[in-house]
Amino acid sequence: MEQFFQQFTNGLAVGGIYALVALGYTMVYGVLKLINFAHGDLFTAGAYLGLTLVTTFTMLAHKGSVLGIGLLILLVMLLVAFLGAVLERTAYKPLRKSPRLSVVVSALGASIFLENAMMLIYGARIQVFPQDILPGIPVRIFGVYIPLLRIVIFGLSFLMMTGLYLFIQKTRIGTAIRAAAIDQGAASLMGINVDRVILTVFLLGPALGAAAGLLVALQYGEINFLMGWSYGLKAFTAAVLGGIGNIPGAMVGGLLLGVLEALGAAYISTSWKDAIAFCVLIIVLIVRPTGLLGERVAEKV
Amino acid sequence: MRFSRTGIFYLALALLLAASPLVLNVYWLDVLNSVGLYAILGLSLNIILGDAGLFNLGHAAFYAVGAYTTAILNTRFQIPVLWLLPVAGVAAGLFGLIIVRPIIRLRGDYLCIVTVGVGEIVRIALINDVFGLTGGSNGILGIQRPHLFGFIIRRPQHFFFLIWVFVALTVFLFTRLQHSRFGRALNYLREDEVAAEGSGVNTAHYKTAAFVLGAAWAGMAGTIFATKMTIIAPESFSFWESVLMFTVVILGGSGSIPGVLVGSFLIIGLPEVFRGFADARMLIFGAAMILMMIFRNQGIVPAHVRPYSLEGLAEAESALPEPAASAEPAENLQAAKEVR
Repeated sequence: MEQFFQQFTNGLAVGGIYALVALGYTMVYGVLKLINFAHGDLFTAGAYLGLTLVTTFTMLAHKGSVLGIGLLILLVMLLVAFLGAVLERTAYKPLRKSPRLSVVVSALGASIFLENAMMLIYGARIQVFPQDILPGIPVRIFGVYIPLLRIVIFGLSFLMMTGLYLFIQKTRIGTAIRAAAIDQGAASLMGINVDRVILTVFLLGPALGAAAGLLVALQYGEINFLMGWSYGLKAFTAAVLGGIGNIPGAMVGGLLLGVLEALGAAYISTSWKDAIAFCVLIIVLIVRPTGLLGERVAEKV
Repeated sequence: MRFSRTGIFYLALALLLAASPLVLNVYWLDVLNSVGLYAILGLSLNIILGDAGLFNLGHAAFYAVGAYTTAILNTRFQIPVLWLLPVAGVAAGLFGLIIVRPIIRLRGDYLCIVTVGVGEIVRIALINDVFGLTGGSNGILGIQRPHLFGFIIRRPQHFFFLIWVFVALTVFLFTRLQHSRFGRALNYLREDEVAAEGSGVNTAHYKTAAFVLGAAWAGMAGTIFATKMTIIAPESFSFWESVLMFTVVILGGSGSIPGVLVGSFLIIGLPEVFRGFADARMLIFGAAMILMMIFRNQGIVPAHVRPYSLEGLAEAESALPEPAASAEPAENLQAAKEVR
């Protein structure tokens, strides 16, 4: 039972990360109907920028201070949001009227570009992320000791997801995002600046993804320039699992996938851990292609 | 036979290529061999991606199935490699059929992401030494060289001819295929699936057939790869390989056979030319992909629309009055089958 609880909480923490990244995929897909293959690399960029801020600018003089960590995460989110906007403007905006396949290729190109840019800047070797930023004390919940970091990660990701959900549901620009996701043409006829909506989505998604990257770096203590690829793919799986284009769906899908993966690794096989996510993906797509929370839409002719 | 200007151009290029082992050193021959291998892979993917319009980003999985089938059967049972060429093709084709059967009706991007997932599952399965056959992350070594009429194909020069003859055969067959009823049906369903379905083209059937054929051909490319390297390992079949094949097709010209050939030369050959830039070349490659899509998204050598002239039709009809009439019921029967 204790092992189950440990794996379950671990799954929730990883699932929170997946959910944060999945939100970026699902928002972009909702508005542009594009799988943003470069999103995983923005996640990596978050981790690397965090490393630079911590080591080069010695941003965390007082390790363990809540304010310092908050500031670090905010700064990284801000920087990567800017990167996301630049990506949108250079790689996707000129292709607004092109066939979908072209945009997919452009996204793959952007991913290759970002990966190699990071490799050239930071080197191809695995980099060690400072581990003493958060105190490693375990917290006792229901008689089980859970690392503080795990709770912080889950709490932060939950906080950001809630924030995003409220932003999308309650604010004007959030409403515009939802409208553009339903029908771009109609939205622009209603006076919504769809271009600005797309830009907003490319600010929000990468910001959340970068925060996730930083959290992963904090948890595992090492980063490399290809780490975004597997997290990105799994996060995309999570988005599909919940119903792509659907924001609560991405959150549910992320948490579910994280838990499934952790339990699968514990009770089935560790070496097949990565395959579990993809098997889940394929089964979901065959049985219920719209995902758990997605609505069935009739094929437009 | 009448030679058009482009025909002569292609013939000259083919002769130039055939003569290249005389002047090139071993290193560049090996580069050309890689180009040829990717040309075969690109052409096989082109049927799926270019002709049928199915986003397949997991083509390396079928390549892997072919290569591992060859390696396992050759190292365990000493079956000659060239005999395994069709076996690998059938194995990869069957695997493709199993994969694609349940998902063929999915929309473009969903299909794309499933193929990515399948590619990853295959790679993970190979690393985990599935059924104790694949040798884990070390792979399989000691695959034999191909024997042809008592001659052992061993050196890069020999492989050059093996690979490029296979490329030529592929080009010939796939050109015929594009011009056939099958090829026209694929183009139709790519351009407008609903209209194709409405005109009696069984789209699911044709898509499946295209996918299986492409997968089988990639499997045969896997055989050649396995015997050329004599050692194969899971990292040769990563997602990156699938991306490479995908870009060969898209950058070269989706649906265009000359385009795919040009694409494989550029994408496999050019990075070798620019070895001086070493680390930065993949950076440039990524940027080039974006720029290419912005400024010329149909590819370097786009597929040209084949004109069907009515004059030719009238001529053919007047020349063959009897067979045309007898062929018609068969056509109708075929159409009726497809509607059903």
